[in-house]
Amino acid sequence: MLAWTIYISFAGALLLALLPKGKPVMACWLALGLAVAGLALGVAGFAAGMGQGRVVIVDAAWAPSMGVHYMLAADGISRVLVLLTGLAAVAGVLFSWNVELRTNQFFAFYFALIGGVYGVFLSFDLFLLFVFYEIAIVPKYFLIAIWGSTRREYGAMKLALYSFVGSAMVLIGLLAAYTTAGSHSTALMDLAHAGLPVHFQMWCFPLVFTGFAILAGMWPFHTWAPTGHVAAPTAASMLLAGVVMKLGAYGCLRVGIGLFPHGLDPWGFSLLGVGSWRDVFAVLAIIGIVYGALVALAQTDFKFVIGYSSVSHMGFVLLGLMTLNQIGVTGAVLQMFSHGVIAGLLFAIVGRIVYDRTHTRQFAELETMHLSRRLPFAAWAFVFAGVASMGLPGFSGFVAELQVLIGAWTAKPWWACAAGIGIIVGVAYTWRALQKAFFSDVIPTAHELEQEQAHKFAAITWPEIAGVALLGAATLAVGLYPRILLESIEPAVKALLAGGVQ
Amino acid sequence: MNYADLFRVTLPETALEVAALLVLVVDLGLLRKAALKTRVAVAAMLGVAGCGAALWALYAAGTGGFSGSDGLLLAAGGTAGVAQTGILILTALTLLLLVDSDFTRNAGEYVAVVLMAAAGGLIIAAAQELLVIFVGLELLSLGLYILTAFAKRSGKSAEAALKYYLFGGMSAAFLLFGFSYLYGLTGTTSIWQIKDAITISGPSALLYVAWVLIVAGLGFKIAAVPFHLWAPDTYEGAPAPAAAFIASVSKVASFALLLTLSLNWFTPGPWVGGQREFVEKVLGQYYQTWPKLATILLIAAAASMILGNLAALAQISVRRLLAYSAIAHAGYMLLGIATMPRYTGGVDLFHFYLSTIGPFRQSANAVLYYILTYGLTTIGAFGVVGVVERATGSDRLDAFLGLHKRNPVLAAVLMVLFLSLAGIPPLVGFWAKFNLFAAVLGMSGGPVPFALVSLAVGMSAVSLYYYLQVLKRAYVMPAADETPIHAHPVTMGVLVAIAAAVVVMGCFPALLQGWIAGFYPVG
Amino acid sequence: MSGIPILTLLTVLPLIGAAIALFSGRHARGVALFTTLFSLALALVIWTKLPADGSIGLVERAAWAPSLGIEYHLGVDGLGALMLVLAAIVTLMSVDAAHRVHHQPGLYYGLVLVLESGLFGSFTALNFFHWFLFWELSLIPAFFLIKLWGGARRGPAATQFFVYTMAGSVALLLAFLAVYLSTGSMDFGQLTALAQSGALEQMVTAHLGPVTLWLAIAVLAGFAVKVPMVPFHTWLPAAYAEAPSPVTMLLTGAMSKMGVYGLLRIAIPIFGPQIAQIRTPLLVLAVATVVMGAWAAAAQKDLKRIFAYSSVNHLGYCLLGIFALAVPAAGAAAKASQAAALNGVILQMFNHGITAAALFWFVAMMQMRTGGIRGIDDFGGLRKPAPVLAGLMGIALFSSLGLPGLNGFVGEFLIFRGVFPLAWVAATVSVLGLLVTAVVVLTVIQKVFSGPVPEHWAKFPDLHESEWIALAPVIGLMLLVGLVPQLIVGSVNPTVQNLLSHWRF
Repeated sequence: MLAWTIYISFAGALLLALLPKGKPVMACWLALGLAVAGLALGVAGFAAGMGQGRVVIVDAAWAPSMGVHYMLAADGISRVLVLLTGLAAVAGVLFSWNVELRTNQFFAFYFALIGGVYGVFLSFDLFLLFVFYEIAIVPKYFLIAIWGSTRREYGAMKLALYSFVGSAMVLIGLLAAYTTAGSHSTALMDLAHAGLPVHFQMWCFPLVFTGFAILAGMWPFHTWAPTGHVAAPTAASMLLAGVVMKLGAYGCLRVGIGLFPHGLDPWGFSLLGVGSWRDVFAVLAIIGIVYGALVALAQTDFKFVIGYSSVSHMGFVLLGLMTLNQIGVTGAVLQMFSHGVIAGLLFAIVGRIVYDRTHTRQFAELETMHLSRRLPFAAWAFVFAGVASMGLPGFSGFVAELQVLIGAWTAKPWWACAAGIGIIVGVAYTWRALQKAFFSDVIPTAHELEQEQAHKFAAITWPEIAGVALLGAATLAVGLYPRILLESIEPAVKALLAGGVQ
Repeated sequence: MNYADLFRVTLPETALEVAALLVLVVDLGLLRKAALKTRVAVAAMLGVAGCGAALWALYAAGTGGFSGSDGLLLAAGGTAGVAQTGILILTALTLLLLVDSDFTRNAGEYVAVVLMAAAGGLIIAAAQELLVIFVGLELLSLGLYILTAFAKRSGKSAEAALKYYLFGGMSAAFLLFGFSYLYGLTGTTSIWQIKDAITISGPSALLYVAWVLIVAGLGFKIAAVPFHLWAPDTYEGAPAPAAAFIASVSKVASFALLLTLSLNWFTPGPWVGGQREFVEKVLGQYYQTWPKLATILLIAAAASMILGNLAALAQISVRRLLAYSAIAHAGYMLLGIATMPRYTGGVDLFHFYLSTIGPFRQSANAVLYYILTYGLTTIGAFGVVGVVERATGSDRLDAFLGLHKRNPVLAAVLMVLFLSLAGIPPLVGFWAKFNLFAAVLGMSGGPVPFALVSLAVGMSAVSLYYYLQVLKRAYVMPAADETPIHAHPVTMGVLVAIAAAVVVMGCFPALLQGWIAGFYPVG
Repeated sequence: MSGIPILTLLTVLPLIGAAIALFSGRHARGVALFTTLFSLALALVIWTKLPADGSIGLVERAAWAPSLGIEYHLGVDGLGALMLVLAAIVTLMSVDAAHRVHHQPGLYYGLVLVLESGLFGSFTALNFFHWFLFWELSLIPAFFLIKLWGGARRGPAATQFFVYTMAGSVALLLAFLAVYLSTGSMDFGQLTALAQSGALEQMVTAHLGPVTLWLAIAVLAGFAVKVPMVPFHTWLPAAYAEAPSPVTMLLTGAMSKMGVYGLLRIAIPIFGPQIAQIRTPLLVLAVATVVMGAWAAAAQKDLKRIFAYSSVNHLGYCLLGIFALAVPAAGAAAKASQAAALNGVILQMFNHGITAAALFWFVAMMQMRTGGIRGIDDFGGLRKPAPVLAGLMGIALFSSLGLPGLNGFVGEFLIFRGVFPLAWVAATVSVLGLLVTAVVVLTVIQKVFSGPVPEHWAKFPDLHESEWIALAPVIGLMLLVGLVPQLIVGSVNPTVQNLLSHWRF
């Protein structure tokens, strides 16, 4: 049943491409219907799968001579991420209600991307996973290049090339693993049990992990992220930060750690305290957390703050993965969900609600606009989202970061302390952005007040309210009752850590 | 020498020749006074019919080859069968693209030359003997030179043809010279016997010289570095249907030839019977002699991949971009041909030899898969370029601006084809690359093949940039001129069919793979 | 455990009220008044239902996220219930004092009610996650209340408040994570039992090394910012001064008590031995808080700042009493001193809450009449035009000074009664604070109420009927508790005995 999320997305993309031009409303409603259908399927699949382990959906021979299977399956982690994709897809459509230029093409590319993302999360054959991973690259390029804003062509090309290079690295690793395992099969379970030699895993793991981590925004390969996010139109940045970066992290977990667990073993020697790939990537993750946060603190463009904050939050995910203990990895997966929702909300507010009305993202200009009075919905929505992003308890980010910190403490205490610094700086830049954009102390002159009266902002539309409500409810629900997701994630993580992909 | 066999085996070539003559007769005799469009259409249709007849003949011919006194002269079935089928289908497609073109008034002559060149290609694909190879090669090449020059009103066409001819003539000379050395070394022109003879006599300086000359000759045909200099100009100057033919059919034929040489010279055996010690002694000598020759092909492969992709980055003419990308793709395929298994000891030579049979077969299949799908995609690409050129007068990147508005179907076809060339799933280009690289690594897991595959994958990533440049013009950047572009229904039909095939074969790769595998008898 | 989850009801009620108030526009104040009155009633009901032996009652438990040790565990003893009553009273006073909120009243009262909910939640929580959730929850409304309705320099004041408190919270969080990691529990009761038996330190050392002391310091830092304790107090004067006076009432009356409550519920029970190790520096800081608070108050010219620093001083007594408990004490006399000190601390929490809130209420009323002027030198002889104001405010001021017969005396007396035998040096130095406070209060009375009346204040309006009717219960409470402290001590003492029996230093 979950496989239908993929099929309706692609079918929908085709349908949307064939819609007659000049009818944006029709395209919007069709897109919404598709996205809601996908979400409904995701929820149904999630509910049906609760308490079950890995459920195989489809297993058909695809290229029998090479042992490639068209194999779709879902375990707890997949189901949670499919749910996230559904939420992000619906929210993205709602926040793109005002796209007027080539609307049907926009949503066609959008659903091609969504279909690819669903595919990655549901694939249990390495080749199939890779296919879907690559499918997701091209629609991103067009979404940003055609409908984006600041430096869109540059941002789009940079994103596409970085992603492609990352997937090239993964492809090399995939080929190497496949041939080393005897060229029998590309199914994840078969490869995990193929007994790949340790020295092979030692170099294949960093290659594959880095390939995926590029898309996850790991420092120092993260530079595509801020540029890309800023250049992208709102829905695309919501998807990029919310879901696509999670593709990378998911790949790191499912493929990197799942297939090459021995790649994380100690090398036997240590250099400046770093004695294994696990240490290397943990350090890079921590640098990403702190660096992303510090740079976010210095930005003058609102969207760049959110872009860098995404890099910082993804650092948490990667750090959680590197703890290699139950609670840390669970926290990482939960953070994937949580940050997906929260980042989506943040980009929606900054991009759709604020920028589309004020036509500026510079703090210097926003400060003078008194948005807390003129756009109270945006201001309070941002308070909500910002507080969730900071990791305040009651929101999903707190539980996720809590688990990552505990996991990090268990692995190496200084990791937790460094991550804690990231949290503190996170509070700082969020608060700074909040103050500067919405609650600045600049007192309006009489002239400015007149101008404001003359040029009122467009009213908040129902899709915007619905989108904010959807995402806000998601993060609040998981924050107050994390068991909804934890019950699915924990057994899956346990199985994965215990015996390869199992 | 059983001439009945010869007739049977060359039935497809005969069909093509007959069709060529028929086209000439119809065009010069019956349609003298008809409009150009009609003449072109009739000639093209007759040509396609000829290809169809040749295809039928191919299947009627059976799988027995034609042997002379020395050994097999022309093979049938196996690699030859696959390649020949591919050549015929691709020729038919390029002829279909001819419909509605106006670069020449000599439609009948054009189609005739195409068919005859295709016949040359068929010969090359089946040839097992040096002189037959040369004959076929010349038949193909001379036809291609003429085709390049066919746009008599274009100076570029003439210039390209001259360059092609001079270069090609020289390469042919080199090839023949190399062949002559081989003959001198072994006293025979049969490929199989040459292998046996040289295995027994061992390597010698003359062998290496001969091999280098042969590589020069063959490298020219496939446009591998450093014998690629003709490609950009020819691709740019030739009329679009001719360029499509050059880029697809001649490549298929040439790679089929390389595969023949590779399968025969770079695999020992098969030996049926024979005492085991004898076989092992021969194997030992074999492995000392032949596999080293592949090294030069590896170097050419690496150089082609690098130069082809990097030079394509700088192009503003889409045709030249396609030319350099063709060089790059030739590099990938050469990698498939030239990777040899590595003997690292541990098991005796005989078992080692047995274990390499499967991988060789796999990599041969992978190369065939690649060249067939690449040929198909390239024909589509040139078809699109041709349409745009006729509408806008140039093949620069800027000519593609706003294509999605001017002809959405054409733009969609362009997107599918170029993404397939870049190797984006779920299109067939991706599967072809994956298949090829998997076969290469399955052949030998050593550091050199691995490094080369990494290079190939990396260069593929680079190639996305220049393919996206064209797609960017088509989809992203604002149009300079928004008048709709119209194309002839047949052309559009062919292009859409090609794009659909690319998508379908990409989603269901087993289709083509299974078909190729069907050409080899089990066991 | 009765059938109705009254504690949950109490916590959720203000949230519902906030949601309604948000959309009530001009009627928001009415909604808020009704909600706070109802909360007060509920809190008093809870007060009456306490178990007589001082243990934790009205317990509500439910599994929440067991894999993380997170449990929905609520309960109150005398200390908690008293704080609930205090929070309800202070919030009611604050809503009463905020007559005319012109600018977005719905949002204002909504935020106040959310803050009240945060207070209730944090005073009833017995599991770290729940407690921390409401601790953080109270920050956001406080920030916005200062930021959106405050005075001229509200921006920096609000930010400073937020940053300091957040930093403290992060320290708390990390320390508790370490504790959870070592023990697998986030439940205050379980952790107290582990600390009492000495197992806590063993487990922490086994898992993380000899860091228990650092964890204790981190936890203390978190609370030290909130109370505040010198030197973490620097956010307070600006925040209290720039916030609108009704909000300051909440800050000083209730929010600062969250810090002291945290020390009593969390820091001392779980980290007793570690606190005992560093009791001397802590006592020094407590004394410094007392003395410095008083001295700084004496140097201020703005009434709000005077009372702000005075709050620091009064809370210093609580700190003094708490840290004195860490002094080794054997024998019945020492135990009695400890009980006295702890009783005093709890009483002081309640009394100071009421008194300080009342004082700021008076400042609010004065500001309303003067259009915002509140410098101590701006007034004079107000006794003549506004005798009722002078009289009632005088009562509150004397309570702050610690005059016997008013509520302020009882708490301070018990604290000194308990601390002198345990740590006489600290107690002696702290007496300075008492003296300076007296000077401050008398100065205020003298400068504001006595002396010649400047011309422009000749027609200073006195209290309206509605105002002194609203104030009367508060003043009455001050007198009542001052004269009959047994009303409160009677219920608090069993809790004190219970707590002391569970604490190990």
